[in-house]
Amino acid sequence: MGEKPDVLQGTLALMVLKTLDALGPQHGYGIARRIEQISGDILAVNQGTLYPLLLKLEHEGSIASQWGASENNRRARFYRLTSAGRKQLDAETRGWEQTAAIIERFFKIKAEDLA
Amino acid sequence: MKSGTGMKLLRRFSIRFSNLVTRRSANQRLQDEIAEHLALQIEENLRTGMSSVEARRQAALKLGAPQAIRERHHAEHSLPFIENLLFDLRYAARMLLRSPGFSFIAIATMALGIGATTAIYSVIDATLLHPLPYPNPAELVRIQDDLPGVGAQRVGISVPEWRDFESSGIFQSAAITGTGADVNLTGSAQPLRLSFKQVTPNYFAVLGVDAELGRTFDPHDATPGYNLEVVLSDGLWRREFAADPKILGRVLRLDNDEYHVVGVMPRGFRDQGSTSGEQNVELWLGAGFAGVPFPPPLRSARQRSRVVVARLRPGLSIAAAQGHLDALVESLKEQYPADYPAQTAWTVRLIPLSETVVGSVRQSLILLFSAVGLVLLISCVNVANLLLARTSVRSREIAVRQALGAQRTRLIRQLLTESLLLFLLGGIAGFGLLFCARHFLLRLVPESLPHLNEIAINWSVLAFALAVSVAAGTLFGLAPAWLMSRLDLTSTLRQEGRGSSGSVGRSRARQVLVVSELALSLVLMVAAGLLLRSFWDLFAVQPGFNPDRVMAVQTWLPGPNDPKMDPYQTATQEAVLLRQILSHSRTLPGVEEAAIGDQASLPLGHSDPGGLPLIREGIETMDNQAPVIDSPIVSPEYFHLLGMALERGRLFTDQDLEDSPQVAVINQAAAHTYWPNQNPIGKRVRLNFNNRGVLTSAKPVWTTIIGVIADARTESLAATAIPQIYRSVYQRSAKDLAIFLRGQLDPGAILAQERQQVQSIDATLPVFHAESLDDLLSTSLSVRRFSMEMVAFFAATALLLAGLGIYGTISYVVNEQRREIAIRLALGAQKRTILKMVLRRGLGLAAAGACVGVAGALIVSHLMAGLLFGVSPNDLTTFAGVTVVLTLVALAASYIPALRAMRLDPITTLHAD
Repeated sequence: MGEKPDVLQGTLALMVLKTLDALGPQHGYGIARRIEQISGDILAVNQGTLYPLLLKLEHEGSIASQWGASENNRRARFYRLTSAGRKQLDAETRGWEQTAAIIERFFKIKAEDLA
Repeated sequence: MKSGTGMKLLRRFSIRFSNLVTRRSANQRLQDEIAEHLALQIEENLRTGMSSVEARRQAALKLGAPQAIRERHHAEHSLPFIENLLFDLRYAARMLLRSPGFSFIAIATMALGIGATTAIYSVIDATLLHPLPYPNPAELVRIQDDLPGVGAQRVGISVPEWRDFESSGIFQSAAITGTGADVNLTGSAQPLRLSFKQVTPNYFAVLGVDAELGRTFDPHDATPGYNLEVVLSDGLWRREFAADPKILGRVLRLDNDEYHVVGVMPRGFRDQGSTSGEQNVELWLGAGFAGVPFPPPLRSARQRSRVVVARLRPGLSIAAAQGHLDALVESLKEQYPADYPAQTAWTVRLIPLSETVVGSVRQSLILLFSAVGLVLLISCVNVANLLLARTSVRSREIAVRQALGAQRTRLIRQLLTESLLLFLLGGIAGFGLLFCARHFLLRLVPESLPHLNEIAINWSVLAFALAVSVAAGTLFGLAPAWLMSRLDLTSTLRQEGRGSSGSVGRSRARQVLVVSELALSLVLMVAAGLLLRSFWDLFAVQPGFNPDRVMAVQTWLPGPNDPKMDPYQTATQEAVLLRQILSHSRTLPGVEEAAIGDQASLPLGHSDPGGLPLIREGIETMDNQAPVIDSPIVSPEYFHLLGMALERGRLFTDQDLEDSPQVAVINQAAAHTYWPNQNPIGKRVRLNFNNRGVLTSAKPVWTTIIGVIADARTESLAATAIPQIYRSVYQRSAKDLAIFLRGQLDPGAILAQERQQVQSIDATLPVFHAESLDDLLSTSLSVRRFSMEMVAFFAATALLLAGLGIYGTISYVVNEQRREIAIRLALGAQKRTILKMVLRRGLGLAAAGACVGVAGALIVSHLMAGLLFGVSPNDLTTFAGVTVVLTLVALAASYIPALRAMRLDPITTLHAD
């Protein structure tokens, strides 16, 4: 079984953080469902790879976890965003927006050339 | 984003590390989470209308392979790299224990190689790597004056020159120091002879070391002569003064002068110097070198036995400083043309102080290190060979593991770990052996090695041993590991072709290894052979004097600063003492002859002889134009006692006294060099010397040459004769005396007996150091002998290892090919033919090894040419002899497997598979 390329892992991590930021504390299944809803294909299969990623983010200090009760009163592990995680999220969001703006400008140039 | 990355990595690492160490497991947590996830997903699926079986299946598919998730989770939770390493180590240890014979031989071989290398490294560490235990040692230099125009080196510096250098701005400060002389300490129970150095007061400031007790000299002290202050060494303070805390201010009588103790140096402080003698100085006396008893500080008054040590300005490189110095020299030559005549070409050189301290030993040590490096290489090659041989035993196991899915990199890593473990164990064993045997080994090292006391087996030596083990293990373990993993799975598993196509790579590798082992052994053996012949020739060289049954006992007359206080100031006064000493000495039991000479006349037993400028009548007129010649001072019986034959003219007689015309005897070398194609008898010379600052007469005194003796190697056995001019001790007094006694003497008792005789004449004279001339001779060769013995030992070891290598390889080849051999025997081949076939294999390997080896040996022998004596680097006898020995060993090593091949029983062999 090969390793996920780093870029995809990084994007997935960003999505996890954003999900937690938007929806508050979630358990693993909840995060998986939300990401699947929004991004479609990326987490359609191999959802289980989320768990190693969650552990990594927890080790890095971006999220924290504790046991709690889920909707149907089952025992589940809930993850929440920490302040360090929030800072990281803001920084990465800014970075992505900048990249997107630059790329967009390049695409715009092409269209004008042809016009 | 970037600033946080480092912190995050560190946090992750420390959490994972602590998980590993505490063996905490995250399995339970993961299992619960996955179970929960599945449950929720199944519920969702049921809600969308799937059957329960379908719901479960879809949920599992969506989650992904649980094993992979568990693995990645565990990889994130802990540190898989370290876990794998630990596992590999445990496995490797099990494998090594499973074949104890192989493991023992491999570890023992490596222990030998690494142990020997580490031993030599410890000597190099103490001697070459840290020669100067002072702050900022790179700034310390020695200033050397040369007169290449008249072929003189190290002529010494004069006081005005020293002052010019000090004020030039190139140096922080420069100090003049003697090279270590001896002084009489009287007034205690026994007159003591101690070694001292006279230094300018800024000497300790130059070195950068302060006193432990009291102070060192005041750097601004400007006393022209001795300032009558003395600094003691810690060893002397403890030994002779019982570490008396009130030692400061105490008065000591040195050579009948009174000195005040002003300080004690810290324990473990060593003076700089190139011999143990120089470093073991116990007293330091401050002096300005400009007043009595020193000669007047004229620019042309060079003092040969003075060394100038200086500390460069910080940040100034030696090359830059040399440039500034050359400019200064040029301007001085213009300013004082009379003192620096053009034909002498006065130059001043800066030499890093560490160079002078290490000196001549460096070459020998590098030779030793190279030799032991070769032994290490051979050991590594041997072990690599053994590792390769094991593959045929383990190929089944490895093939099965690969078939079961083990990755190649994982296999290589695990095999490499085995090799590394082997090499590391060998290195640790070698270090352990060295540590236990260190006292015994230290006794083998010759005493003339500088820094002998600092050789220790310490942490840096251990680090070196470990580093070498790891490097060797990686280098020599990689190839076998890589080759082992390249198995052809199917044929190995099917047991086909045991020893045929699949292992061609391996058998070729083994052959290359054995050939290289042989080549390296040949190189070592040639080196050992050449050194042995050099040493033998040197030992057998005729010294030109007869050291048989001669002992030398030393006594030094005091040299008080004020010559009027000297009881033996003139040669006539001293002659009375000397004649008495000689007549008393002749009464000792067993003494046949007695003679007296100064330190320079002690064959091979003096360090730097004090040379004097030789002014030949009609040829030279000034000191600084004159060539420099050694000038020992002896009593008339000296030549006969030492068996130095007279060739022309006559020797000294008892009639040559202070007030009769001055006479001298020269040796053949002096006659050829200074009066070529002439009869030197009757020629006159002037030997200008510093008579402790007091000129005995106003007009120049001419010395007539009255005799020529045969050459003798009294300076060094390796050097051909050096010009010498001898003078009679009754005409020219000397303070540093050696009493020569020939006869049937008892070496243990002779010192006490002679001391009794001398002190019955003058009780204040110390008598010390009785040694036989034979001992002096062998001591002068001691470093050479040590190198030779070591290299010979290494060569023997190398030969043994190479022989084992050949034996192993040929056995292996025979084993691999036993089916073919059995078939041939069955088909009617003669046993003798099989024998010859195998032997030819062995000889082939030996021939290849010899060719490569001879080429390598030629290169090495030319590199070593400086250490050889009397034998050329291309010496045919040595090369031929060594090649023959190698071939014989190869033959012997191949013989046993060949016999085994010969005796194969075809039937049992062919059935066995």
